[in-house]
Amino acid sequence: MIPLVEARNVSKRFVRELDYAEKLARMLGANLEAQAVHAVDRVDLRIMPGEVVGLVGESGCGKSTLGRIMAGIMPPSDGEILWQGQDRRTLAPAAGRAARLGAQMIFQDPMSSLNQRKQVIDIIGEAPVAHGIVTRREKDSYVAAMMQRVGLDPSFRGRYPHQFSGGQRQRIGIARALAVKPQFIVCDESVAALDVSIQAQVINLFLELKRDLGLTYLFISHDLGVVKHISDRVAIMYLGRIVESAPADAFFAQPNHPYTVALLNEVPTISNRRRVFSPVKGEIPSPLHPPSGCHFHPRCPHAFDRCSREAPELKQIASGHVSACHLNDNQTAHPQPTIAAL
Amino acid sequence: MNGPTLKVENLHTHFFTQKGVVKAVDGVSFEVARGEVLGLVGESGSGKTITGFSILDLVDPPGRVTAGRILFQGQDIVGLPSQEMRSLRGRRIAMIFQDPMMTLNPVLSIETQMVETILAHENVSRKEARARSRDALGMVGIPSPDERLASYPHQFSGGMRQRAAIAIALLHRPELIIADEPTTALDVTIQSQILAQMQGLTKQLGMALLWISHDLGVVAGLAHRVAVMYAGRIVEIGPTDDVLDHPTHPYTIGLLQSVPANVPRGAPLLAIPGMAPPPLQRPSGCPFRERCAFATAICETEPPLDAAGAVAWRCFHPQARRAA
Repeated sequence: MIPLVEARNVSKRFVRELDYAEKLARMLGANLEAQAVHAVDRVDLRIMPGEVVGLVGESGCGKSTLGRIMAGIMPPSDGEILWQGQDRRTLAPAAGRAARLGAQMIFQDPMSSLNQRKQVIDIIGEAPVAHGIVTRREKDSYVAAMMQRVGLDPSFRGRYPHQFSGGQRQRIGIARALAVKPQFIVCDESVAALDVSIQAQVINLFLELKRDLGLTYLFISHDLGVVKHISDRVAIMYLGRIVESAPADAFFAQPNHPYTVALLNEVPTISNRRRVFSPVKGEIPSPLHPPSGCHFHPRCPHAFDRCSREAPELKQIASGHVSACHLNDNQTAHPQPTIAAL
Repeated sequence: MNGPTLKVENLHTHFFTQKGVVKAVDGVSFEVARGEVLGLVGESGSGKTITGFSILDLVDPPGRVTAGRILFQGQDIVGLPSQEMRSLRGRRIAMIFQDPMMTLNPVLSIETQMVETILAHENVSRKEARARSRDALGMVGIPSPDERLASYPHQFSGGMRQRAAIAIALLHRPELIIADEPTTALDVTIQSQILAQMQGLTKQLGMALLWISHDLGVVAGLAHRVAVMYAGRIVEIGPTDDVLDHPTHPYTIGLLQSVPANVPRGAPLLAIPGMAPPPLQRPSGCPFRERCAFATAICETEPPLDAAGAVAWRCFHPQARRAA
């Protein structure tokens, strides 16, 4: 089967060029270089049709950047994105348009991703009319149907975003993405800002839409509990690289990478009472100056000298389960993770 | 000392806006004992932050405490003259905010801010104040505290800023700390570090800790007792294990079922239907009744506070002994 979307060796660098004064200073001998952040560093990720891939990582790890690249709203610096097996850049104009409409995004903060000066009918209805999915005359009933689909009262279509609650605004964002009939949706922390009871409603909506419309999701989140609930496969990012990826069941039963183990142990859960917290040490390093070798080695309890010299490759450790850790070359030394019930 | 460090009795904090009276806190009572952690849980708008602010007299007009007592070490501190309140605040009662930049001044070095905090309440030499500041930074796990004292807040990462804010809160060894979502903005591994430190420090220093949070997982891991707030009231309060394993109030049950960990993977979550009523349009009687599966006609009247053992709740239809 061909993946619906595939990232091949994708990198993204954000470079801050020197300004005029700094260039002048460099000409006079100052040791100044343009600063580059490797937000995404040679990442491979395949997403099969109908699959839900959870992409997890802490702030600054590049998960949102990777999501935007996969959604096609940001070009990669290197590497290629394949849409149904074809490089996005080489698609014919019509196929390119279909690919762009086929991948949509839902953002974390609906207040900043919805136009405050537009009525809901235009927020949801503008794109399908512009792309000829419906005619101008059908727009009203089409938007009403979309609103019904995501659980909003269609009689509110003349309202503005500020007249809705947080959960309802997120539903508007979902309806807007659905309005152009996408196959693939990137959800970037789409439930992170919602209260627990509202978050559960929106997660249920995502599951229902996937079942009814056969959608494929890349679900970006820092919340492992939510990711465990909805994902078929999980990928963990740390400082621009994917360090582990596995089918959800295997991932939560037998995590391999020390960072993954640490993450799973430290997620606070209701079943885990009055516990003694035993966190990994150290701060998350700045992506401007990532550590040499394996990015996690300064915080890793199992690091040895090779870890600081050589970046580990992602290697298969079980069917569909890859992990980038030198410990896997030396089976006896590998940590046996202890995981609290998540 | 006998008696709880903090005892809040029937606290009402109302905001008198042009559109009407917002009853942000509407009859809240609880206690926190020395060395105890009370988790105050609720969704946005439930009044949990305003409860914390009321204790420190930080509520700004048009809001004010309209009724109730706040007993700190047995003394009622509602309506205390501002001079006396200032000598309590920061010295005997400290607060940690969600956003450490609310505590830290961006244009002053950490040293200036910490030394200032000590000198505000105590008559010690600058040198001694500096030494204590350095020790406090070390205690919350900031590496090389000597050099870090000279830094400015923007040179710190988010986790380090929160640590610095905690260090400032701990400078006077307060008897009570009010922590308002202090780890919500932090990453999991950093959150875990801060929780480990707070846990150790409360035990070591014997402080009472009021931990305000929306995250049931964090509260479960930290608190001895849990209070669940909804629409300005505590709807259920009791020991952590009782409340989380055998929730009594339908709202507590709904909250616990909304968390993905409690249902099989991929199955629909048992979400609470609807949403919290807007503060100006709260229904009469039980504010949860419009979302509640057990509501009957009697719920249109005010539910009284009932108790069994160490657990208390406000509901006509308690669902005791139901595992979540």
